[in-house]
Formats: sequence, C-alpha cells, structure tokens
Amino acid sequence: MSARVGVVTFPGSLDDRDAQRAVRLAGGEAVPLWHADADLHGVDAVVLPGGFSYGDYLRCGAIARFAAIMGPLVDAAREGMPVLGICNGFQVLCESHLLPGALVRNDHLHFVCRDQRLRIESSGTPWTSGYAPGQEIVVPLKNGEGGYVADERTLDELETEGRVVARYLDVNPNGSRRDIAGISNAAGNVVGLMPHPEHAVETLTGPSTDGLTFFTSVLRALTGLSAPVPA
Amino acid sequence: MARVVVDVMLKPEILDPQGKAVARALPGLGVEGASSVIDVRIGKRIELTVDGEVDAATLAAVEELAHTLLANPVIEDYTVRAE
Repeated sequence: MSARVGVVTFPGSLDDRDAQRAVRLAGGEAVPLWHADADLHGVDAVVLPGGFSYGDYLRCGAIARFAAIMGPLVDAAREGMPVLGICNGFQVLCESHLLPGALVRNDHLHFVCRDQRLRIESSGTPWTSGYAPGQEIVVPLKNGEGGYVADERTLDELETEGRVVARYLDVNPNGSRRDIAGISNAAGNVVGLMPHPEHAVETLTGPSTDGLTFFTSVLRALTGLSAPVPA
Repeated sequence: MARVVVDVMLKPEILDPQGKAVARALPGLGVEGASSVIDVRIGKRIELTVDGEVDAATLAAVEELAHTLLANPVIEDYTVRAE
C-alpha cells in the first residue's frame, strides 16, 4: 500500500497540483487537503505548496498560519509527521513557529525565477534521505520574498545541529543569510525550503529530475524501507 | 467608536530593501535639502476601529493581536497606542 501524502490548498496556492503530481510520480497517493478542513484525513505526511496564500497580505504566510487545517497540522508535525513546506509553504512554517527565522523581501527587490544549483547539506531528514550528503542538484527557484533571516544565535544553532538542509550554490539569489535555501526543525521531520523540487520531477517540464528524490525519500521513510544507496 | 493604532517596523538589523530603493530615488527629485536624508525605513501603520472606549483591556487585547498576527516579532518591532 502506498503512503498517503496530503497537499494543502490555501486560497492563492499555485503549486498544489504540481506537488500532488510529484507525489504520484514518486509512487505515493496524493491527497488534496483544503485549508478549511478540520482534520488531516489520515494522511501520513503533508506538503505545504508554493504560491501566494491569501494574496501574501500582511506578510507571506501570516494569514495561512491561522487556517483551520493548521491546528491539526501543527500538532501532527510536533508529534513527528513529515511536513515539507516549499516556498510559500516554507513561509507558512516559519510563521507557524514550526521552523525558526523568517523570509523577507529579496535584497535586490526583484522577483527571481531561475534554475538554481543547490547543495543538499543534510540527508538526515525524511525528505532528503535519498540524497548523498553534499549532493548537488538543480531545481527551479521563484520568489520575491525568499531571503532567509534569523538572529546569529539561531543561525549558529542551525549550523551546528546540522539543520541547514540545502544551500545555494553559484549565486545567493535573494540575500539569504549564510546562503541558506532550506532548514529543518530539531527533530528533522519538518523541512522548509524556498526552491521548488516539485517542478523538477520530469524532463519534459523541469531542468532536471533532481527534485523527485524529496518525494521518493519521504515515501521510503513512511513505508519503513531503508533509504536508497545514492548513485 | 475609537481607534487603536499599531505601528510595525522591521527591526533595525533587518535589511529594508524597499526603504533603500526609496532612499536612492529621493536625490533625483530636485528638492532642496533632500541630500540631508541619509536613510529611509518603511513600515506599516495598522488602524483598528473598536466599538466603545479604549481601555486597558482593549489595549491588552490589541497587544496580543499585534504579537500574534499583525507583527512577526522575529523580524519586526511594533507599538500599540490609542488615538
């Protein structure tokens, strides 16, 4: 039986269908979840997709944090359910205090859209266990408010605890502190990242298929199989 | 009806690219004395209209709203006041 991965749609979500498709291509069952749902429909993991929930009003992710589904989601995340926040989903996770820090407007003020090279810094999360530590991948990046900021103490903590999950290579596209593209919580089950692995799962539409491993990793973690040996 | 104002500003250590862009545009306006402006920071003013008088309990409630949603204390400072 394949694992069931929920994908939450907020008003203004854009990448929910792509995230569902990535889950299916990885071999899982994608379960659409609605922001107003009062429970998680028994899913085994959740993806918070990219987009502009609630029009990015006030701050990106600030209003989505108080959607009905976020109560049970935060509880489940604290109990260890794998949760991946991509782009706007990352912003929602920070606003929910499931992840430390915040995402602020790109330092150069422009919206950035490019194929971005990243280094996977941690394969110790259920979402990245299929990558070799240090593996370099290319996935699309598209954001206007993707600058990761946190105080120095928090940044040091993330580094020493191995919670920087991915880092930008070549260029820092948005002014993120220490080139951070993605982080995890202390337990490792909650991961947020600005770049979009769900847009790099098919050669027809993506710059690579490097992103698919996020989804195959979590399915393996959920079905109890060991992570694959990286090529 | 009365009004409570919440002013939200990015913390001083957080880069404000919007303020920087505006600061760069100011010298081009040809306004005399504009060259003395050395920095611009842009924040938000949030006005809450409340039913009845603003008392300590109202301010305490708005303080909680500000801390919880209106501002993100990770990156922003805020003040609450009756107006």
